[in-house]
Amino acid sequence: MTALEALTFAPPPDPDAATEALRQEVRAFLAAELRDRTPQQRAESWSAADPAFSRRMAARGWIGMTWPRRYGGHQRSALERYVVLEEMLAAGAPVGHHWVADRQSGPNILRNGTEAQRQAILPRIAAGTCSFCIGMSEPDSGSDLAAARTRAERVDGGWRVNGTKVWTSGAHRADYMILFCRTGPAAGEDRHAGASQFLVDMQRARGNGMTVRPILDMRGAHHFNEVSFTDLRLDDDALLGQEGDGWKQVTAELAFERSGPERFLSSFALLTEAVRVLGPAASERAQVAIGRLCAHTLALRRLSRSIAGMLQAGADPALQAALVKDLGNVLEQETVEVVRLLIDTEPAAPEDATLAAVLAHLVLTAPSFSLRGGTREILRGIIARGLGLR
Amino acid sequence: MSDLLTDAAERLFAGRAATEQGFDPALWAAVAEAGFAAALLPEDAGGAGTTVAEAMALLRTAAAHAAPIPLAETMLAGRLLALAGLAVPPGVLTLAPVRLADRMALHRDGGGWRLCGSASGIPWARHAAAVVVVAEAAEGPAVVRLDAGGFTLAEGRNLAGEPRDRIDADTRIAAEAAAPAPFDAIALHAAGAALRSVQIAGALAAALALSVQYAQTRVQFGRPIGRFQAIQHSLAILAGQSAAALAAADMATDALARALPPLLVGAAKARAGEAASIGAALAHQVHGAIGFTREYRLHRLTQRLWSWRDEFGNEATWQAAVGRIALAAGPDGLWPTLTAA
Repeated sequence: MTALEALTFAPPPDPDAATEALRQEVRAFLAAELRDRTPQQRAESWSAADPAFSRRMAARGWIGMTWPRRYGGHQRSALERYVVLEEMLAAGAPVGHHWVADRQSGPNILRNGTEAQRQAILPRIAAGTCSFCIGMSEPDSGSDLAAARTRAERVDGGWRVNGTKVWTSGAHRADYMILFCRTGPAAGEDRHAGASQFLVDMQRARGNGMTVRPILDMRGAHHFNEVSFTDLRLDDDALLGQEGDGWKQVTAELAFERSGPERFLSSFALLTEAVRVLGPAASERAQVAIGRLCAHTLALRRLSRSIAGMLQAGADPALQAALVKDLGNVLEQETVEVVRLLIDTEPAAPEDATLAAVLAHLVLTAPSFSLRGGTREILRGIIARGLGLR
Repeated sequence: MSDLLTDAAERLFAGRAATEQGFDPALWAAVAEAGFAAALLPEDAGGAGTTVAEAMALLRTAAAHAAPIPLAETMLAGRLLALAGLAVPPGVLTLAPVRLADRMALHRDGGGWRLCGSASGIPWARHAAAVVVVAEAAEGPAVVRLDAGGFTLAEGRNLAGEPRDRIDADTRIAAEAAAPAPFDAIALHAAGAALRSVQIAGALAAALALSVQYAQTRVQFGRPIGRFQAIQHSLAILAGQSAAALAAADMATDALARALPPLLVGAAKARAGEAASIGAALAHQVHGAIGFTREYRLHRLTQRLWSWRDEFGNEATWQAAVGRIALAAGPDGLWPTLTAA
């Protein structure tokens, strides 16, 4: 059983009075904040960015919750943070402005940044005024991140960057990018050697060697971008962590990226609308279908809270996170299929009835759920490695 | 869960090659001797002070070894007797009714009682010293200790060969063998569903371990089949289902430690049952023909999974129960209801 022990989930911490009080506080906040938010807006979930909303959340102390106070954090537990995240997602709050920064960029800077970098950036993230994008994927480097070719070369007093990143969500509005690129020789025997991460100040870089072009998704929405670097000059202090440690750092960052409740709640707005339309006197077939989705949600929530507890205990739940994300993505995608067959409706543009609009949004976004943050195939490869098969 | 107890259970069950299809009396004697059968009893009724979670970890371990013994039933039946204030006899105990359509009735008969009715699918009834019956009486639900010899029996078995017998009773019951029940037959059904959820998690985890081990050693096309991506992904899915079943078992354990809230029990049995279906199919696919033989031990796990998923209510039954709660909560109450489960 030793190979399987790596996949063990610790029992999730029991809810206590403090976390439940916090939950009620978040619900009261959201009831007022989201009063006029339509179901289809709620379905946008963490893809929707609203800087003003992020600032109001920050004022409550709900961004950078677990970070030290000296960096603007609030020294709350991972479980308290989990409560805030899941309440935000279940209610469909527009958390997109700060989401990436709070989830992975901030923790990366906290772990690997210099004292000056922490002081300069973390308090701004915690105030909800600083957003991040993720500079990982490239035209020839998607799932195979180690094939990245964007390169930073040492020059006098800093670095010179050349290359192209794609699928960079939010690059057009982000304040910073954490750029993953090569700094050593071209990938040889050890494909993971010779990579580093940099903090790119987007405002300074734009027009000075960096170009951001929109890539519309198939709905016509602008989330993705292509970001090209032509002799972009970065100062020495833009290096994040150790030169050559990029692979180790990016892997740890991906564990944060995959570990949260946003990996199984993306279709919760549709489940909520289905419950509204079906009503309390629904058919037995509807009871079975809705009950199944709820049973899956409850089991996933338990696994997901277990991960929060493991993070709190200082464990590394990268494997568990891959497993929960894979299970969660299946649920998110199945929810769309279950609901559309349960309620005879045609997915339609937003001016139409609510359920049809939420359905339309999710039919068109669901394919991305098992792509973003690591494809299903990559996750299953990680799980197989955890089982001792690779 | 104390590691000491798990380790002891692991040693006890692993020490035996459970080749028997029916009942293994020697294994049962060892389990009873270790106090495992009394793990759900309060200390004043002969329990050893184990928590519900510890008792369920024992049950999961027994299921992982496909132990042919009535551990779940004896644990629960004893607990029901104790909750009703009745003495808990030694030996194998089981429960009735286990199907919602079956009813047994208790009437006054002189200074004692008379129990009438029949119940089918009763686990291990032929080996039981007593069947603990939740019967309907004029005053409300009652717990009755129906001793061996007090009923006629028609033998049956589930897919794994575990005894599932029909019992018929028209039997005088002594005054001290019946008491008002602080729960009804619906609660008994829910408790049974919770125990089966835990057993499914144990058996599925073992099926995963066996499948991984097989994929690492079976060589085809010049390499272990576990090196093929298609097999790796099948096992990754199986691992996900096993994790989900373990989460379901934990929900079932929480439910047993509380008043068996239907949302929690229903979600547990529904999710565990679905995991059993997907997981058993993948375990067989990875094993190929050897897994389909009597000689190889995978079937001892999968045949139990295929039986347990249907016992005490299948996935659809419990999904509907969960669905009714969710739909009654409405769009605004859905999330608060789920988070309070």
